[in-house]
Amino acid sequence: MTGVHATARLTAAPDGRGGTALPLLTGDGPLALRRTRSAGPEAHVTVVGAMSAPLGGDRLAIEAVVEPGAALRIGTAAATVSLPGRTGEQARYDVRLTVGEDAVLHWLPEPLIAAEGSDLRMTTTVELAPGARLVLREEQILGRSGEHPGRLTTRLTVRLSGRPLLDQELSFGPNAPGWAGPAVLHGHRAAGQLLVVDPEYADKPIEPRVLSSDQAEGEAVLTPLAGPAALITAVAPDGLRLRRLLSASVAP
Amino acid sequence: MPRWRPRPGHEQAAPRASRAALLVLADGRFPAGGHAHSGGAEAAVKAGRITGPGTLEAFCRGRLHTSGLVAAALAAAATAGLDPLLLDEAADARTPSPSLRTTARKLGRQLTRAARAAWPSPELDALAAARPQGAHQPVVLGLTVRAAGLTPLDAAHAAAYESVTGPATAAVRLLSLDPFAVTAVLARLTPDLDEVAAQAAEAAHRALDEGMDVLPAASAPLLDIYAEQHATWPVRLFAS
Repeated sequence: MTGVHATARLTAAPDGRGGTALPLLTGDGPLALRRTRSAGPEAHVTVVGAMSAPLGGDRLAIEAVVEPGAALRIGTAAATVSLPGRTGEQARYDVRLTVGEDAVLHWLPEPLIAAEGSDLRMTTTVELAPGARLVLREEQILGRSGEHPGRLTTRLTVRLSGRPLLDQELSFGPNAPGWAGPAVLHGHRAAGQLLVVDPEYADKPIEPRVLSSDQAEGEAVLTPLAGPAALITAVAPDGLRLRRLLSASVAP
Repeated sequence: MPRWRPRPGHEQAAPRASRAALLVLADGRFPAGGHAHSGGAEAAVKAGRITGPGTLEAFCRGRLHTSGLVAAALAAAATAGLDPLLLDEAADARTPSPSLRTTARKLGRQLTRAARAAWPSPELDALAAARPQGAHQPVVLGLTVRAAGLTPLDAAHAAAYESVTGPATAAVRLLSLDPFAVTAVLARLTPDLDEVAAQAAEAAHRALDEGMDVLPAASAPLLDIYAEQHATWPVRLFAS
């Protein structure tokens, strides 16, 4: 038996009264989508993992479209735990996000935990139209408490007006050479990024800043990208300290 | 092994092929300014994470399979005939550290000067005109290899090799390591160098048909963090 194949889809659009409607909101298999309470112009959606996922061999996907002028915030109800499957096959998790002109997307999932023996390839691909704004957080945890990490490769590709803005891939776990060494993660058990894309950065790019050099509390830097965006890159001994580093202010 | 297939219209740009040109280009004495850069090793030494040949090897292996692989693929893609300006953009997207972007362009400018003297080429002239502040070094390296009549795999080898020789020679100076022990580190890395170069050339070959997105984007968070830490130091031995 091969794994579960499931794609959840949602579309956010202006509702004509200053708010955001969700004309499409379709979960699939282990991925359920819930509209959650929100005030103001922004719609909130929570991805609820109804089953333990992804397992080896699964192919999961989320496709979200934020139409011009809409505002959407997506989170997840809990951490995603990548687990070994029965066959040792790799699992895939692909997130595709499209943000239209003057639309806003906050993509703020809980961490991804690579449990021992798991093997997952995750991609997040973001297409931003001119004037689109994005706040995106990614956190990867190397194994559950006290265990070795599974194999995880995550790639984040962000394009603005069709041009590449950020393309980053991180691999760790068995068969990923060099990841535990002093150039990549050293002894840290958590890695993450917070990306903010905002047209306002075009006129006033953020100043690069070392946010923390403390090896026990985690290390992080805030940097301007080559386009209108700011990025926090952080590594930390655990998920709690990582989240603290990724919560620094990056407002333009 | 992937075979090089020139892009239509670029066939004429592969002139005389001399394998020895690769030795000239990859030689540490080639005047392209690389000796002034430690590739993050100076900050890793200060952080207490490179202390001897063993930790240096772990550092170099991590750098090789991340930024080394990306540089090798960008260089191979430039040799294979992909648009250097689009590759330069792809390099920017793969370099979130502004200090590393500046370093890559500075090294690109220095390499351009040496390359245009050694293997004059209209493609190098055009890139220099389009990027007067310097293009990313691996893109310039790829065009240089192309001008010298070598292959994308040769470019990948040169870029991968550079990604470990910088930190290795810097560590000798920073920690007064035994140069013989460090040469042994490089020798132990040669199977990884071959693997990374082959992987990079294969990706460059696929990019001809499938576009730039198939080029690797492997990142090393600590290298990005070291680069920004290092840039704030008032006194340092290496430029990066």
